[in-house]
Parts: sequence; structure tokens; C-alpha cells
Amino acid sequence: MRHLIPEFDRLKARFPEGFESSLLLPCVRRIQEDRGFVADSDIDGLVEYLGVPRIQIEEVLSYYTQFRRAPVGRWHVQCCRNITCSMRGAERLIDRLAQRLGVAPGQTTTDGRFTLSTVECLGSCGTAPVVMINEKYHENVNIEALETLLTGLD
Amino acid sequence: MPGTPLLMTFPVTATSHLLEDYRARGGYVTLGKVLAGMRPEEVTKEVAAAGLLGHGGAAFSAGRKWGVVHLDDGQQHFLCANADEGEPGTFKDRWILEHAPHLLIESMLIASFALQVRHAFVYIRGEFDLPYRRLAAAVEEAYAAGYLGAPDPGTGFTCDLVVYRGAGSYVCGEASGLLSSLEGKRGYPRNRPPRLTVRGLYQRPTVINNVETLANVTGIIAHGAAEYRKVGTAKSPGTQLVSISGHIARPGVYEVEYGYPLTRFLFEDCGGMLPGHTLKCIVPGGISTKVLTAAECEGVTYDHASLEAAGSSLGSGGMIVIAEGTCMVRLLQVLLRFYHHESCGQCTPCREGMGWMHRIIDRIVAGKGRAEDIEQLYAISMMNDGTTICGMGDAAGYATVGILNKYRDEFIHWIEHGSSRCDGRLEATAHA
Repeated sequence: MRHLIPEFDRLKARFPEGFESSLLLPCVRRIQEDRGFVADSDIDGLVEYLGVPRIQIEEVLSYYTQFRRAPVGRWHVQCCRNITCSMRGAERLIDRLAQRLGVAPGQTTTDGRFTLSTVECLGSCGTAPVVMINEKYHENVNIEALETLLTGLD
Repeated sequence: MPGTPLLMTFPVTATSHLLEDYRARGGYVTLGKVLAGMRPEEVTKEVAAAGLLGHGGAAFSAGRKWGVVHLDDGQQHFLCANADEGEPGTFKDRWILEHAPHLLIESMLIASFALQVRHAFVYIRGEFDLPYRRLAAAVEEAYAAGYLGAPDPGTGFTCDLVVYRGAGSYVCGEASGLLSSLEGKRGYPRNRPPRLTVRGLYQRPTVINNVETLANVTGIIAHGAAEYRKVGTAKSPGTQLVSISGHIARPGVYEVEYGYPLTRFLFEDCGGMLPGHTLKCIVPGGISTKVLTAAECEGVTYDHASLEAAGSSLGSGGMIVIAEGTCMVRLLQVLLRFYHHESCGQCTPCREGMGWMHRIIDRIVAGKGRAEDIEQLYAISMMNDGTTICGMGDAAGYATVGILNKYRDEFIHWIEHGSSRCDGRLEATAHA
């Protein structure tokens, strides 16, 4: 993470004095974008850079669903299964995804290309069902659109 | 258009979210007016006189909330916009973040002046990608233009704005959970008192308002409280951005004037049900509000008092429309799985209770329901009510009781027959 410190310093400049602890979430997010997950050495680096207790970092990492300590597939396919998405076909999409990728939700394909996850409301109910692939929302997804999407991923 | 709009007043184009377009619509003129000629307490007074209510779910008076902050207490004050939109069925703030980010920034600057805030924050849910990118770009535009970060030549007022991204936690939408998260910790809600306007972020007085609540501030100051009160009802002035989804022909975000007839909104403005379907019930304002059956929707107007009189509440404006034939047992299963997943685990009644309820409903759906399961769900709902730090446990109970009261027969059927009376469907299509 050390190469990210200049970026962290710029971020810090916008916060009030004494807000080092607040930098934890944005720093973890940036590290994860960079490495794909948070490694032990990143935690060491954050303890040193932010001066926050190690346990606080461990607590944050284990609490928030978006943070991870292990890599995921190249394409992280997250399908919402909350009420509206389920009412507009998400349950069939999840079944199709599991069948097509050959993994259950929460698992990664053996070639490391895909991780399939189910998630709760993504705030996209008006264009349900929604599938989030890496950072991007794909809305109004039906089985045909899903096929096209998957074919486009290497 | 369901009534007079206050926020959706311009055509959305490829550039309507940018600073240049916002200024062409009169953007940042109101901020100039405030800095040139108003005192902070006058701004708060105007917002209070307008009767602006919280638009995130609790409908608490924004002016009263602001009024708690003492401007001369010698402390740092903070302002935070709650953009952690995560109540299932709710996606209205996304509209503001994507299409009117400068309206939010101008409003936050006016609010920051009123509350003498030097550092303001927008806490935005981690999954929002486009809304984040739009808002972050608008913040950079506002810095470059000198609205943010630079002192106002007349008053010396300076404000910095940080867009803070959450990382996946429903409870962080609760104001004190949000602040815990903003302090770089788990999003654990805190006991009140003290109120957050007394001891909030890092124990300093902090005002947290929903994005839509804040977005209305610029209009209120620009045109005055009296003009604002001309829209809506006496008890609920203004409008609500309603995000409507489910088995409805035209889902999306609509700005609804408070007092507008509910069924007219559903059947005229939103095009009615999906073809071939009839209305069973609606969730009026996010899944934590009690369902209203089709019959109960008759005669209701879209405002706080009318929805409460009907036995529910306006909540977050996240309306879910449910067609006849939808299995309410499965619906409750999805809901309880969600609450169980999102319980932060801090309070025993919620941490354990959500798990119990989730396991009971899973057991019923698996065909192994017991005669006493319905009473158990009631008992756990009652037990959670008022026994937890935040309202999540209560809300899960209300939603559960609402469904059980009105669709008890469907639960009895599944327990007795081991299968759904409505073929277990949530999806309203032919191929289920």
C-alpha cells in the first residue's frame, strides 16, 4: 500500500484535523481497488500510517460486506435478490447464473474468472432486476441480456 | 405529473447535472443571496417556517433539528447528508445525486452557513457507482469554481465537502450508525440521548439530513417559506420523491405533491399494474412500513397523516406494488432474510430475534412449519419493539406483523399443506 500514501495524503487534506480514523474506510477501499483484496501487510501499513489500533481495522474489515481479505474472480457478478428484484425475475437469474457458471453463490469458478454473489437491495428497484458486475450496474436484466453480458466477459 | 414539482423542474439531458447547466438554471444564485444578506439564524428560521420535514423516513422537522445547534457554543459543528439509500424499494436520492448534484451542494453550503459548519460530508452507500461519480465530479467543479474550499469575500465563510463512501451495511443509513462509520468504525448505532445535534461526529454537534431534505433548502430560501407552503398540505408541506417499483407498469422516480390521491398516482401517473395483473397490496414507504391492501389504498392521499390514518406510514417514499397471486409467505421470507443479514449484531433482541424469525420462515417455506410458528413470529416482533438501540428490530417486527395480520391465511395454508396457496411466486410473469 505504500505507493498509495501520496493519494492518502491528498485525501487527508480535505478532512478536518484529527480525523485520521475516518480515513480508514476510504484507504481500505483504495487498497482493495489496487490489490483486489486487503492483505496482512496492508493492515500493518494502515496501523502505521493512520495510527489506529489494529483491532479497529480488523473489525471494519469483518463488518462491511464490500471489504474482503481474499481475492475474488476477475468478474465479480453480484445479483440482487431483495423484494423488488425477486418480484421482477432475480430468482431465475440467480439460478441461471449458478448453472451457467457452475458455482453456487459465494463461490469462484476454478479458472478464477467469475465469483458469484447474491446481495441485498442495490437501490435499483425501478430498473429491477439488477446485476452488478465489478463496479457497474446492469439494469432490467433478463435471461437473454444476461447471456449477452456473460459472453462479453473474458 | 402528480402535483406541483419542486425538484424535478428541469429536463434531464446528457449535461443537466453539470455546473454550467446548473448555473444556467439559476444555480448558486441563492447561495450568493444568503452570503450577501442573511444571518445564519434567519436561514434556519426560514427552513423552520417552511415546515420542511425529513424525507428519509422519520419526517422530523428539519428546522427544529437545526435549531438545536447553538451557533455560539465555541465548538466545531458538522453537517452530513445521508445518501446511504438502502431501504429496499427506495432509490429516490439516486435521482438527485445523478441528476442534480449541484442542487445538493448548494443546499449543503446554505445549511452549512446556517449551522456555521466548516466541514460537511455526504455519506453515500458504497455500491452506488454512477451517483458517486456524478457527485464527486460536481464537488470538484464546485471547488474549482470557488464555492467550496475558498473563503467568501464578504463573510469569510468557508466550507469543505467530503464525499464519504460506505462499504455495504444497511444500518449505516441510521444516523448514529452512519456517524460511527464516518469515524472509521463499524456502523454501530448509538444510544440517545445525547442527541446527535448535541454530540454527534467525534462528539461534536452534528446535523444529519436526508439528501432530499437538504435538496429542498435552496428552493425554500430562494422563494421563501410561504411559497413552499403553497405546495402540499398544511401538515405535510412540499413534495416527496417517490420511487415506485414492483408489479407496476411504469416504475421509476416521481415527484408527488403531498396530498395527491394515492390510487390516481398508481393507476394514472404510473400506468397501473403490469398487463394482466390486479393490485393485491402496496408497501408504501420502504419495506419497514406496513403493507396496505388494495381496499385500504382507496381514498388515501399521499401524505403523512393520511397514510398513518390508513395504518401505515409514508416512510422513505420507496413504494413497492404487489400483484394478486404473489405469495406473501415468500415475500416475508425475503424480508426476514434481509433483516437477519443486516442486523449489526450489537443488541441481543435484534441479533438473535432476526435469526429466529428467519429460521422460522425458512422452516415454513421448507414445508416443516409448526402450528405455533405464526404466534412465535408475533411474539418475537413484540419482543424486539423498543428493546434495541436503533429502530431496525422494531421495523422488522412492524413489517412482519403488518403482513401476518392481513395475510395470515396464506401462512396457515403453507403450514398445514406444506406448500404455497399462491404457487410460491414473487415474480408476476407467465414463465414462473
